[in-house]
Amino acid sequence: MTDPMTPLERTMTAISQKEPDRVPLFLLTTMHGAKELGMSIRQYFSKGENVVKGQTILQKKYESDCYYGFFYASAEVEAWGGEVIYIADGPANAGRPIIRSAQDITSIGVPEVASCENLKKITGCLTGLAEKSAGKIPVIGVVMSPFSVPVMQMGFEAYLDLIYSEPELFWELMKKNQQFCADWANTQLEAGANAICYFDPVSSPTCIPPELYRKTGMVVAKETIARIRGPTATHLASGRTLAIIDDIATTGTAIVGASALEDIGDVKRACNKRLTVLGNLNGIEMRRWTPAMAEEKVIETIARAGKGGGFILSDNHGEIPWQVPESVLLAISKAVKKYGTYPLDA
Amino acid sequence: MADPGTPISPSLADMQNALLAVDRVRAGRIIRDSCIPGSPFTCLERLVVPALEEIGRRWEAGDVALSQVYMSGRICEEIVDTMLPPGDPRRIDQPKMAIAVLEDHHTLGKRIVLSVLRAGGFEVADYGQGVTVDQLVEQVIRNKVRILLISTLMLPAALRAKEAIAQIRKELPETKVIVGGAPFNFDPRLWTEVGADAMGYTASDTLARVKEMAGGMQS
Repeated sequence: MTDPMTPLERTMTAISQKEPDRVPLFLLTTMHGAKELGMSIRQYFSKGENVVKGQTILQKKYESDCYYGFFYASAEVEAWGGEVIYIADGPANAGRPIIRSAQDITSIGVPEVASCENLKKITGCLTGLAEKSAGKIPVIGVVMSPFSVPVMQMGFEAYLDLIYSEPELFWELMKKNQQFCADWANTQLEAGANAICYFDPVSSPTCIPPELYRKTGMVVAKETIARIRGPTATHLASGRTLAIIDDIATTGTAIVGASALEDIGDVKRACNKRLTVLGNLNGIEMRRWTPAMAEEKVIETIARAGKGGGFILSDNHGEIPWQVPESVLLAISKAVKKYGTYPLDA
Repeated sequence: MADPGTPISPSLADMQNALLAVDRVRAGRIIRDSCIPGSPFTCLERLVVPALEEIGRRWEAGDVALSQVYMSGRICEEIVDTMLPPGDPRRIDQPKMAIAVLEDHHTLGKRIVLSVLRAGGFEVADYGQGVTVDQLVEQVIRNKVRILLISTLMLPAALRAKEAIAQIRKELPETKVIVGGAPFNFDPRLWTEVGADAMGYTASDTLARVKEMAGGMQS
Protein backbone atom coordinates (compact mmCIF):
# COMPACT_ATOMS: atom_id res chain seq x y z
CA MET A 1 0.00 0.00 0.00
CA THR A 2 1.45 3.37 -0.98
CA ASP A 3 1.69 6.20 1.53
CA PRO A 4 -1.25 8.56 1.33
CA MET A 5 -0.64 11.83 -0.38
CA THR A 6 -0.12 14.95 1.68
CA PRO A 7 -3.03 17.42 1.56
CA LEU A 8 -0.97 19.64 -0.75
CA GLU A 9 -0.19 16.76 -3.14
CA ARG A 10 -3.83 15.67 -3.06
CA THR A 11 -5.05 19.16 -3.83
CA MET A 12 -2.51 19.85 -6.58
CA THR A 13 -3.31 16.52 -8.25
CA ALA A 14 -7.02 17.32 -8.23
CA ILE A 15 -6.38 20.81 -9.63
CA SER A 16 -4.33 19.28 -12.46
CA GLN A 17 -7.51 17.38 -13.43
CA LYS A 18 -6.19 14.01 -12.28
CA GLU A 19 -7.40 11.65 -9.61
CA PRO A 20 -5.43 11.83 -6.34
CA ASP A 21 -5.56 9.13 -3.65
CA ARG A 22 -8.92 10.50 -2.51
CA VAL A 23 -11.19 13.48 -3.01
CA PRO A 24 -9.65 16.50 -1.27
CA LEU A 25 -11.77 18.01 1.50
CA PHE A 26 -11.66 21.75 2.17
CA LEU A 27 -13.73 21.94 5.36
CA LEU A 28 -13.85 25.72 5.60
CA THR A 29 -14.36 26.17 9.33
CA THR A 30 -13.49 29.61 10.69
CA MET A 31 -15.43 30.41 13.89
CA HIS A 32 -15.28 26.79 15.07
CA GLY A 33 -11.71 27.51 16.16
CA ALA A 34 -13.12 29.75 18.90
CA LYS A 35 -15.16 26.82 20.21
CA GLU A 36 -12.04 24.65 20.27
CA LEU A 37 -10.17 27.25 22.32
CA GLY A 38 -13.14 28.07 24.58
CA MET A 39 -13.18 31.71 23.45
CA SER A 40 -15.76 34.14 22.15
CA ILE A 41 -15.58 34.77 18.41
CA ARG A 42 -14.38 38.32 19.03
CA GLN A 43 -11.63 37.19 21.40
CA TYR A 44 -10.57 34.42 19.03
CA PHE A 45 -10.08 36.74 16.07
CA SER A 46 -8.30 39.38 18.12
CA LYS A 47 -4.95 37.59 17.73
CA GLY A 48 -3.42 35.74 14.81
CA GLU A 49 -1.91 33.11 17.10
CA ASN A 50 -5.39 32.09 18.28
CA VAL A 51 -6.38 31.35 14.68
CA VAL A 52 -3.14 29.42 14.09
CA LYS A 53 -3.97 27.24 17.11
CA GLY A 54 -7.62 26.92 16.11
CA GLN A 55 -6.90 26.01 12.50
CA THR A 56 -4.26 23.49 13.54
CA ILE A 57 -6.69 21.75 15.89
CA LEU A 58 -9.52 21.81 13.34
CA GLN A 59 -7.35 20.49 10.50
CA LYS A 60 -6.17 17.60 12.61
CA LYS A 61 -9.63 16.81 13.98
CA TYR A 62 -11.47 16.82 10.65
CA GLU A 63 -8.50 15.94 8.39
CA SER A 64 -9.29 18.86 6.15
CA ASP A 65 -6.88 19.34 3.26
CA CYS A 66 -6.16 23.01 3.91
CA TYR A 67 -5.51 25.63 6.52
CA TYR A 68 -7.99 28.47 6.07
CA GLY A 69 -6.60 31.85 7.08
CA PHE A 70 -9.93 33.67 6.76
CA PHE A 71 -11.00 35.83 9.71
CA TYR A 72 -14.11 37.76 8.54
CA ALA A 73 -14.96 39.71 5.41
CA SER A 74 -15.41 43.02 7.20
CA ALA A 75 -11.70 43.02 8.15
CA GLU A 76 -11.10 44.68 4.77
CA VAL A 77 -13.62 47.42 5.43
CA GLU A 78 -11.95 47.93 8.79
CA ALA A 79 -8.74 48.59 6.85
CA TRP A 80 -10.59 51.26 4.86
CA GLY A 81 -11.67 52.94 8.11
CA GLY A 82 -14.99 51.18 8.62
CA GLU A 83 -16.52 49.68 11.71
CA VAL A 84 -16.85 45.97 12.52
CA ILE A 85 -19.83 44.66 14.46
CA TYR A 86 -19.19 41.41 16.31
CA ILE A 87 -21.95 39.00 17.19
CA ALA A 88 -21.80 36.04 19.55
CA ASP A 89 -22.79 33.30 17.10
CA GLY A 90 -21.85 34.39 13.61
CA PRO A 91 -19.33 36.24 11.48
CA ALA A 92 -18.58 39.88 12.21
CA ASN A 93 -20.54 42.32 10.05
CA ALA A 94 -19.52 45.62 8.52
CA GLY A 95 -21.10 48.61 10.23
CA ARG A 96 -22.24 51.91 8.75
CA PRO A 97 -21.05 52.38 5.15
CA ILE A 98 -17.84 54.38 4.76
CA ILE A 99 -18.88 55.66 1.33
CA ARG A 100 -22.06 57.69 1.69
CA SER A 101 -21.86 60.03 -1.30
CA ALA A 102 -20.37 60.31 -4.77
CA GLN A 103 -17.81 62.72 -3.31
CA ASP A 104 -16.62 60.01 -0.92
CA ILE A 105 -15.61 57.81 -3.87
CA THR A 106 -13.44 60.58 -5.23
CA SER A 107 -11.92 61.56 -1.92
CA ILE A 108 -11.38 58.19 -0.23
CA GLY A 109 -7.75 57.15 -0.07
CA VAL A 110 -6.56 53.59 -0.70
CA PRO A 111 -5.22 52.13 2.54
CA GLU A 112 -1.63 50.96 2.50
CA VAL A 113 -1.81 47.31 3.50
CA ALA A 114 1.54 47.35 5.31
CA SER A 115 0.31 50.02 7.68
CA CYS A 116 -3.10 48.46 8.49
CA GLU A 117 -2.79 47.18 12.04
CA ASN A 118 -5.88 44.96 11.82
CA LEU A 119 -4.50 43.13 8.77
CA LYS A 120 -1.21 42.35 10.50
CA LYS A 121 -2.88 39.75 12.72
CA ILE A 122 -4.07 37.99 9.54
CA THR A 123 -0.65 38.02 7.87
CA GLY A 124 0.88 36.85 11.16
CA CYS A 125 -1.61 34.00 11.20
CA LEU A 126 -0.74 33.00 7.62
CA THR A 127 2.96 32.94 8.50
CA GLY A 128 2.19 30.77 11.53
CA LEU A 129 0.09 28.39 9.45
CA ALA A 130 2.77 28.15 6.76
CA GLU A 131 5.24 27.10 9.46
CA LYS A 132 2.83 24.46 10.78
CA SER A 133 2.20 23.23 7.25
CA ALA A 134 5.86 22.65 6.46
CA GLY A 135 4.91 22.50 2.81
CA LYS A 136 2.39 19.70 3.28
CA ILE A 137 -0.92 21.50 3.83
CA PRO A 138 -2.08 24.31 1.54
CA VAL A 139 -2.57 27.63 3.34
CA ILE A 140 -5.45 29.64 1.90
CA GLY A 141 -5.60 33.42 2.12
CA VAL A 142 -8.72 35.42 1.28
CA VAL A 143 -9.59 38.69 -0.45
CA MET A 144 -12.92 40.29 -1.22
CA SER A 145 -13.01 41.14 -4.91
CA PRO A 146 -12.82 44.83 -5.82
CA PHE A 147 -16.19 44.34 -7.51
CA SER A 148 -17.92 42.84 -4.45
CA VAL A 149 -16.39 44.76 -1.54
CA PRO A 150 -18.48 47.91 -2.25
CA VAL A 151 -21.48 46.07 -0.79
CA MET A 152 -19.74 46.58 2.56
CA GLN A 153 -18.18 49.94 1.67
CA MET A 154 -21.42 51.61 0.61
CA GLY A 155 -24.36 49.19 1.03
CA PHE A 156 -25.85 46.96 -1.66
CA GLU A 157 -28.62 49.29 -2.83
CA ALA A 158 -26.35 52.30 -3.25
CA TYR A 159 -23.84 50.08 -5.04
CA LEU A 160 -26.40 48.75 -7.51
CA ASP A 161 -27.52 52.31 -8.17
CA LEU A 162 -23.87 53.21 -8.82
CA ILE A 163 -23.34 50.32 -11.25
CA TYR A 164 -26.45 51.19 -13.25
CA SER A 165 -26.31 54.98 -13.09
CA GLU A 166 -22.77 56.26 -12.55
CA PRO A 167 -20.31 54.33 -14.71
CA GLU A 168 -17.44 56.80 -14.34
CA LEU A 169 -17.65 56.84 -10.56
CA PHE A 170 -18.05 53.06 -10.57
CA TRP A 171 -14.76 52.62 -12.44
CA GLU A 172 -13.05 55.18 -10.21
CA LEU A 173 -14.00 53.04 -7.21
CA MET A 174 -12.92 49.85 -9.00
CA LYS A 175 -9.43 51.25 -9.68
CA LYS A 176 -9.01 52.06 -5.99
CA ASN A 177 -10.35 48.70 -4.87
CA GLN A 178 -8.18 46.84 -7.36
CA GLN A 179 -5.07 48.52 -6.00
CA PHE A 180 -5.98 47.50 -2.45
CA CYS A 181 -7.03 43.98 -3.42
CA ALA A 182 -3.87 43.15 -5.36
CA ASP A 183 -1.70 44.62 -2.61
CA TRP A 184 -3.58 42.68 0.08
CA ALA A 185 -3.50 39.40 -1.87
CA ASN A 186 0.23 39.71 -2.56
CA THR A 187 0.95 40.56 1.07
CA GLN A 188 -0.84 37.36 2.11
CA LEU A 189 1.12 35.32 -0.43
CA GLU A 190 4.37 36.80 0.87
CA ALA A 191 3.27 36.00 4.44
CA GLY A 192 2.84 32.31 3.64
CA ALA A 193 -0.45 31.74 1.81
CA ASN A 194 -0.17 29.25 -1.06
CA ALA A 195 -3.29 30.48 -2.83
CA ILE A 196 -5.87 33.25 -2.58
CA CYS A 197 -9.61 32.76 -2.46
CA TYR A 198 -11.14 35.63 -4.47
CA PHE A 199 -14.61 36.09 -3.02
CA ASP A 200 -16.84 37.67 -5.64
CA PRO A 201 -20.54 37.10 -4.88
CA VAL A 202 -21.79 40.18 -6.75
CA SER A 203 -20.47 38.68 -9.99
CA SER A 204 -22.82 35.73 -9.61
CA PRO A 205 -25.82 35.51 -11.97
CA THR A 206 -27.80 35.40 -8.71
CA CYS A 207 -26.83 39.05 -8.18
CA ILE A 208 -26.27 40.61 -11.62
CA PRO A 209 -27.12 39.48 -15.16
CA PRO A 210 -24.29 37.75 -17.07
CA GLU A 211 -24.18 40.47 -19.73
CA LEU A 212 -23.55 43.09 -17.04
CA TYR A 213 -20.93 40.84 -15.42
CA ARG A 214 -19.03 40.68 -18.71
CA LYS A 215 -18.80 44.48 -18.76
CA THR A 216 -17.97 44.89 -15.07
CA GLY A 217 -17.04 42.09 -12.65
CA MET A 218 -15.30 39.99 -15.28
CA VAL A 219 -13.16 42.90 -16.47
CA VAL A 220 -12.29 43.72 -12.87
CA ALA A 221 -11.46 40.06 -12.12
CA LYS A 222 -9.21 39.67 -15.17
CA GLU A 223 -7.23 42.80 -14.35
CA THR A 224 -6.99 42.05 -10.63
CA ILE A 225 -6.12 38.36 -10.86
CA ALA A 226 -3.37 39.23 -13.34
CA ARG A 227 -1.82 41.38 -10.61
CA ILE A 228 -2.00 38.65 -7.93
CA ARG A 229 1.30 36.78 -7.84
CA GLY A 230 -0.07 33.35 -7.00
CA PRO A 231 -2.93 30.96 -7.77
CA THR A 232 -6.51 32.05 -7.09
CA ALA A 233 -9.83 30.34 -6.48
CA THR A 234 -12.96 32.31 -7.34
CA HIS A 235 -15.84 31.85 -4.94
CA LEU A 236 -19.26 33.34 -5.54
CA ALA A 237 -20.29 32.59 -1.94
CA SER A 238 -23.50 30.59 -2.50
CA GLY A 239 -24.35 32.43 -5.72
CA ARG A 240 -25.03 30.57 -8.94
CA THR A 241 -22.14 30.08 -11.39
CA LEU A 242 -23.33 28.11 -14.40
CA ALA A 243 -24.29 30.97 -16.71
CA ILE A 244 -20.83 32.56 -16.40
CA ILE A 245 -18.52 29.54 -16.14
CA ASP A 246 -17.05 30.18 -19.61
CA ASP A 247 -16.37 33.77 -18.58
CA ILE A 248 -14.84 32.86 -15.21
CA ALA A 249 -12.55 30.45 -17.05
CA THR A 250 -11.03 33.42 -18.90
CA THR A 251 -10.19 35.39 -15.75
CA GLY A 252 -7.06 33.42 -14.90
CA THR A 253 -8.48 31.70 -11.85
CA ALA A 254 -7.93 27.97 -11.18
CA ILE A 255 -10.92 27.00 -9.06
CA VAL A 256 -14.59 27.98 -8.88
CA GLY A 257 -16.93 27.53 -5.91
CA ALA A 258 -20.29 25.98 -6.82
CA SER A 259 -23.64 26.94 -5.31
CA ALA A 260 -25.96 24.50 -3.56
CA LEU A 261 -28.64 25.93 -5.87
CA GLU A 262 -27.01 24.14 -8.81
CA ASP A 263 -26.15 20.56 -9.69
CA ILE A 264 -22.41 20.34 -9.09
CA GLY A 265 -22.19 17.74 -11.86
CA ASP A 266 -23.51 20.34 -14.33
CA VAL A 267 -21.01 22.89 -13.03
CA LYS A 268 -18.16 20.43 -13.39
CA ARG A 269 -19.15 19.53 -16.95
CA ALA A 270 -19.34 23.23 -17.80
CA CYS A 271 -15.86 23.73 -16.33
CA ASN A 272 -14.63 21.11 -18.80
CA LYS A 273 -11.21 20.73 -17.18
CA ARG A 274 -10.51 24.48 -17.44
CA LEU A 275 -11.40 25.01 -13.78
CA THR A 276 -11.52 22.80 -10.71
CA VAL A 277 -14.88 22.83 -8.99
CA LEU A 278 -15.20 23.34 -5.23
CA GLY A 279 -18.39 22.62 -3.32
CA ASN A 280 -21.24 22.36 -2.80
CA LEU A 281 -22.57 21.02 0.52
CA ASN A 282 -25.39 23.24 1.78
CA GLY A 283 -23.95 25.03 4.83
CA ILE A 284 -27.30 26.37 6.00
CA GLU A 285 -29.02 22.99 5.96
CA MET A 286 -25.92 21.37 7.48
CA ARG A 287 -26.93 22.85 10.84
CA ARG A 288 -29.77 20.34 11.14
CA TRP A 289 -28.23 17.35 9.38
CA THR A 290 -27.71 14.10 11.23
CA PRO A 291 -24.42 12.24 10.71
CA ALA A 292 -26.31 9.83 8.44
CA MET A 293 -27.62 12.72 6.31
CA ALA A 294 -24.12 14.20 6.12
CA GLU A 295 -22.80 10.88 4.84
CA GLU A 296 -25.56 10.69 2.26
CA LYS A 297 -24.84 14.23 1.00
CA VAL A 298 -21.13 13.49 0.71
CA ILE A 299 -21.82 10.32 -1.28
CA GLU A 300 -24.20 12.19 -3.58
CA THR A 301 -21.82 15.12 -4.17
CA ILE A 302 -18.83 12.89 -4.88
CA ALA A 303 -20.95 10.79 -7.25
CA ARG A 304 -21.89 13.92 -9.20
CA ALA A 305 -18.48 15.58 -9.44
CA GLY A 306 -15.71 13.32 -8.18
CA LYS A 307 -14.74 11.28 -11.19
CA GLY A 308 -11.54 12.25 -12.99
CA GLY A 309 -10.28 14.75 -10.39
CA GLY A 310 -10.84 18.47 -10.87
CA PHE A 311 -13.01 18.45 -7.75
CA ILE A 312 -12.61 19.50 -4.12
CA LEU A 313 -15.39 18.71 -1.64
CA SER A 314 -16.41 21.74 0.41
CA ASP A 315 -19.43 23.75 1.53
CA ASN A 316 -21.20 26.05 -0.91
CA HIS A 317 -20.49 29.38 0.78
CA GLY A 318 -16.84 29.40 1.76
CA GLU A 319 -17.57 29.42 5.48
CA ILE A 320 -19.31 26.82 7.62
CA PRO A 321 -21.82 28.41 10.01
CA TRP A 322 -21.04 28.46 13.72
CA GLN A 323 -24.22 26.46 14.38
CA VAL A 324 -23.03 23.35 12.49
CA PRO A 325 -22.28 20.67 15.10
CA GLU A 326 -19.05 18.75 15.46
CA SER A 327 -20.87 15.46 14.85
CA VAL A 328 -21.83 16.57 11.32
CA LEU A 329 -18.32 17.80 10.50
CA LEU A 330 -16.86 14.51 11.73
CA ALA A 331 -19.38 12.58 9.63
CA ILE A 332 -18.40 14.57 6.51
CA SER A 333 -14.73 13.90 7.20
CA LYS A 334 -15.35 10.19 7.75
CA ALA A 335 -17.53 9.89 4.65
CA VAL A 336 -15.04 11.51 2.30
CA LYS A 337 -12.41 8.99 3.37
CA LYS A 338 -14.84 6.10 3.06
CA TYR A 339 -16.50 7.03 -0.22
CA GLY A 340 -14.00 9.45 -1.81
CA THR A 341 -11.09 7.10 -2.31
CA TYR A 342 -10.04 6.82 -5.96
CA PRO A 343 -10.86 5.01 -8.13
CA LEU A 344 -14.44 5.77 -7.19
CA ASP A 345 -17.07 3.06 -7.27
CA ALA A 346 -19.25 3.23 -10.34
CA MET B 1 -48.08 34.58 -10.86
CA ALA B 2 -49.26 34.42 -14.44
CA ASP B 3 -50.86 31.14 -15.40
CA PRO B 4 -48.33 29.49 -17.73
CA GLY B 5 -51.21 28.41 -19.92
CA THR B 6 -52.49 31.95 -20.40
CA PRO B 7 -50.96 33.90 -23.27
CA ILE B 8 -49.14 36.94 -21.96
CA SER B 9 -50.45 40.28 -23.26
CA PRO B 10 -48.08 42.27 -25.48
CA SER B 11 -48.00 45.17 -23.02
CA LEU B 12 -47.15 42.84 -20.11
CA ALA B 13 -44.30 41.25 -22.07
CA ASP B 14 -43.07 44.74 -23.03
CA MET B 15 -43.28 45.86 -19.43
CA GLN B 16 -41.22 42.89 -18.22
CA ASN B 17 -38.59 43.52 -20.87
CA ALA B 18 -38.41 47.22 -20.04
CA LEU B 19 -38.00 46.46 -16.34
CA LEU B 20 -35.34 43.80 -16.91
CA ALA B 21 -33.46 46.25 -19.13
CA VAL B 22 -33.76 48.86 -16.33
CA ASP B 23 -35.42 51.21 -18.83
CA ARG B 24 -37.47 53.66 -16.73
CA VAL B 25 -38.60 55.74 -19.70
CA ARG B 26 -39.93 52.77 -21.64
CA ALA B 27 -41.67 51.32 -18.57
CA GLY B 28 -43.35 54.69 -17.93
CA ARG B 29 -44.46 54.94 -21.55
CA ILE B 30 -45.98 51.45 -21.49
CA ILE B 31 -47.95 52.38 -18.38
CA ARG B 32 -49.19 55.62 -19.97
CA ASP B 33 -50.17 53.84 -23.19
CA SER B 34 -51.80 50.82 -21.55
CA CYS B 35 -53.58 52.15 -18.48
CA ILE B 36 -56.74 54.16 -18.17
CA PRO B 37 -56.08 57.45 -16.34
CA GLY B 38 -57.85 57.53 -13.00
CA SER B 39 -57.91 53.72 -12.62
CA PRO B 40 -54.60 53.04 -10.89
CA PHE B 41 -55.66 49.75 -9.32
CA THR B 42 -56.62 48.24 -12.65
CA CYS B 43 -53.18 49.16 -13.91
CA LEU B 44 -51.52 47.68 -10.84
CA GLU B 45 -53.45 44.45 -11.06
CA ARG B 46 -53.17 43.91 -14.79
CA LEU B 47 -49.70 45.21 -15.54
CA VAL B 48 -47.42 46.21 -12.68
CA VAL B 49 -48.00 43.36 -10.24
CA PRO B 50 -48.03 40.57 -12.89
CA ALA B 51 -44.77 41.94 -14.35
CA LEU B 52 -43.10 41.96 -10.93
CA GLU B 53 -44.50 38.51 -10.12
CA GLU B 54 -43.07 37.06 -13.31
CA ILE B 55 -39.68 38.68 -12.67
CA GLY B 56 -39.72 37.24 -9.13
CA ARG B 57 -40.58 33.81 -10.47
CA ARG B 58 -37.71 34.03 -12.95
CA TRP B 59 -35.29 35.06 -10.18
CA GLU B 60 -36.33 32.02 -8.17
CA ALA B 61 -35.64 29.88 -11.23
CA GLY B 62 -32.23 31.50 -11.67
CA ASP B 63 -33.13 33.24 -14.96
CA VAL B 64 -32.82 36.84 -13.80
CA ALA B 65 -30.57 38.54 -11.27
CA LEU B 66 -31.20 40.22 -7.95
CA SER B 67 -30.09 43.57 -9.39
CA GLN B 68 -32.89 43.32 -11.97
CA VAL B 69 -35.43 42.44 -9.28
CA TYR B 70 -34.25 45.42 -7.24
CA MET B 71 -34.27 47.89 -10.12
CA SER B 72 -37.66 46.62 -11.37
CA GLY B 73 -39.14 47.16 -7.92
CA ARG B 74 -37.67 50.65 -7.70
CA ILE B 75 -38.97 51.65 -11.14
CA CYS B 76 -42.46 50.30 -10.43
CA GLU B 77 -42.54 51.96 -7.03
CA GLU B 78 -41.66 55.32 -8.65
CA ILE B 79 -44.35 54.89 -11.30
CA VAL B 80 -47.01 53.77 -8.82
CA ASP B 81 -46.16 56.64 -6.47
CA THR B 82 -47.02 59.10 -9.25
CA MET B 83 -50.41 57.42 -9.83
CA LEU B 84 -51.13 56.66 -6.20
CA PRO B 85 -48.95 58.70 -3.82
CA PRO B 86 -48.10 57.21 -0.41
CA GLY B 87 -50.91 58.05 2.01
CA ASP B 88 -53.46 58.45 -0.80
CA PRO B 89 -56.85 57.43 0.63
CA ARG B 90 -57.43 55.32 -2.47
CA ARG B 91 -54.60 53.00 -1.43
CA ILE B 92 -55.76 49.56 -0.44
CA ASP B 93 -57.82 49.44 2.73
CA GLN B 94 -55.48 47.18 4.61
CA PRO B 95 -54.36 45.85 7.97
CA LYS B 96 -51.35 47.50 9.63
CA MET B 97 -48.08 46.15 8.24
CA ALA B 98 -44.41 46.60 9.07
CA ILE B 99 -41.05 45.32 7.88
CA ALA B 100 -37.67 45.10 9.63
CA VAL B 101 -34.20 43.70 9.09
CA LEU B 102 -33.63 41.74 12.28
CA GLU B 103 -30.23 42.11 13.99
CA ASP B 104 -28.55 42.55 10.67
CA HIS B 105 -27.45 45.47 8.50
CA HIS B 106 -28.10 44.05 5.03
CA THR B 107 -30.98 46.12 3.72
CA LEU B 108 -31.31 45.13 0.06
CA GLY B 109 -33.93 42.43 0.68
CA LYS B 110 -36.07 44.78 2.75
CA ARG B 111 -35.77 47.50 0.12
CA ILE B 112 -36.89 45.14 -2.64
CA VAL B 113 -39.86 43.87 -0.64
CA LEU B 114 -40.88 47.41 0.29
CA SER B 115 -40.74 48.50 -3.35
CA VAL B 116 -42.78 45.56 -4.56
CA LEU B 117 -45.42 45.90 -1.82
CA ARG B 118 -45.72 49.63 -2.42
CA ALA B 119 -45.90 49.01 -6.16
CA GLY B 120 -48.71 46.60 -5.32
CA GLY B 121 -50.58 49.43 -3.56
CA PHE B 122 -49.79 48.48 0.05
CA GLU B 123 -48.61 50.78 2.84
CA VAL B 124 -45.85 49.25 4.96
CA ALA B 125 -44.11 50.84 7.95
CA ASP B 126 -40.33 50.53 7.75
CA TYR B 127 -38.74 49.70 11.11
CA GLY B 128 -35.25 49.83 9.64
CA GLN B 129 -32.26 47.54 9.98
CA GLY B 130 -30.16 46.20 12.84
CA VAL B 131 -33.37 45.96 14.88
CA THR B 132 -32.98 43.82 18.01
CA VAL B 133 -35.54 41.24 19.08
CA ASP B 134 -36.65 43.45 21.99
CA GLN B 135 -36.97 46.55 19.79
CA LEU B 136 -38.96 44.66 17.19
CA VAL B 137 -41.32 43.09 19.71
CA GLU B 138 -41.89 46.46 21.41
CA GLN B 139 -42.65 48.26 18.13
CA VAL B 140 -44.95 45.54 16.81
CA ILE B 141 -46.95 45.39 20.04
CA ARG B 142 -47.12 49.18 20.48
CA ASN B 143 -48.32 49.69 16.90
CA LYS B 144 -50.57 46.61 16.90
CA VAL B 145 -49.05 45.37 13.67
CA ARG B 146 -51.20 42.75 11.93
CA ILE B 147 -48.74 41.55 9.29
CA LEU B 148 -45.04 41.61 10.10
CA LEU B 149 -42.30 40.98 7.55
CA ILE B 150 -38.89 39.96 8.88
CA SER B 151 -35.94 40.16 6.49
CA THR B 152 -32.58 38.50 7.23
CA LEU B 153 -29.39 37.68 5.40
CA MET B 154 -27.28 35.96 8.04
CA LEU B 155 -28.20 32.63 9.64
CA PRO B 156 -27.91 33.84 13.28
CA ALA B 157 -30.44 36.60 12.56
CA ALA B 158 -32.80 34.15 10.90
CA LEU B 159 -32.64 31.91 13.97
CA ARG B 160 -33.31 34.91 16.22
CA ALA B 161 -36.67 35.40 14.47
CA LYS B 162 -37.95 32.45 16.52
CA GLU B 163 -37.60 34.39 19.76
CA ALA B 164 -39.19 37.52 18.28
CA ILE B 165 -42.14 35.59 16.87
CA ALA B 166 -42.73 33.72 20.14
CA GLN B 167 -42.82 36.98 22.12
CA ILE B 168 -45.12 38.68 19.62
CA ARG B 169 -47.50 35.71 19.69
CA LYS B 170 -47.95 36.05 23.46
CA GLU B 171 -49.33 39.58 23.09
CA LEU B 172 -50.75 39.52 19.58
CA PRO B 173 -51.73 35.94 18.73
CA GLU B 174 -53.52 37.03 15.56
CA THR B 175 -50.50 38.80 14.05
CA LYS B 176 -49.14 37.05 10.97
CA VAL B 177 -45.41 36.86 10.36
CA ILE B 178 -43.71 36.37 7.01
CA VAL B 179 -39.96 35.74 6.98
CA GLY B 180 -37.60 35.99 4.06
CA GLY B 181 -33.96 36.12 3.02
CA ALA B 182 -31.10 33.86 2.01
CA PRO B 183 -31.08 31.46 5.00
CA PHE B 184 -34.74 30.65 4.38
CA ASN B 185 -34.12 30.14 0.66
CA PHE B 186 -31.24 27.75 1.34
CA ASP B 187 -33.13 25.76 3.97
CA PRO B 188 -36.82 25.45 3.03
CA ARG B 189 -37.68 24.04 6.47
CA LEU B 190 -36.28 26.96 8.43
CA TRP B 191 -39.37 29.19 8.27
CA THR B 192 -41.49 26.60 10.03
CA GLU B 193 -38.74 26.00 12.58
CA VAL B 194 -38.80 29.69 13.62
CA GLY B 195 -42.60 29.65 13.89
CA ALA B 196 -43.44 31.98 11.00
CA ASP B 197 -46.80 31.81 9.22
CA ALA B 198 -45.18 31.93 5.80
CA MET B 199 -41.98 32.67 3.95
CA GLY B 200 -41.45 34.81 0.90
CA TYR B 201 -39.06 33.15 -1.54
CA THR B 202 -39.07 36.37 -3.52
CA ALA B 203 -40.51 39.84 -3.05
CA SER B 204 -43.39 39.10 -5.40
CA ASP B 205 -44.02 35.83 -3.58
CA THR B 206 -44.18 37.92 -0.40
CA LEU B 207 -46.70 40.20 -2.11
CA ALA B 208 -48.87 37.16 -2.87
CA ARG B 209 -48.67 36.00 0.77
CA VAL B 210 -49.55 39.52 2.00
CA LYS B 211 -52.56 39.66 -0.34
CA GLU B 212 -53.81 36.31 0.99
CA MET B 213 -53.36 37.35 4.61
CA ALA B 214 -54.78 40.84 4.14
CA GLY B 215 -57.79 39.36 2.37
CA GLY B 216 -58.65 37.38 5.47
CA MET B 217 -58.35 40.30 7.89
CA GLN B 218 -60.38 43.32 8.83
CA SER B 219 -58.34 46.53 8.57
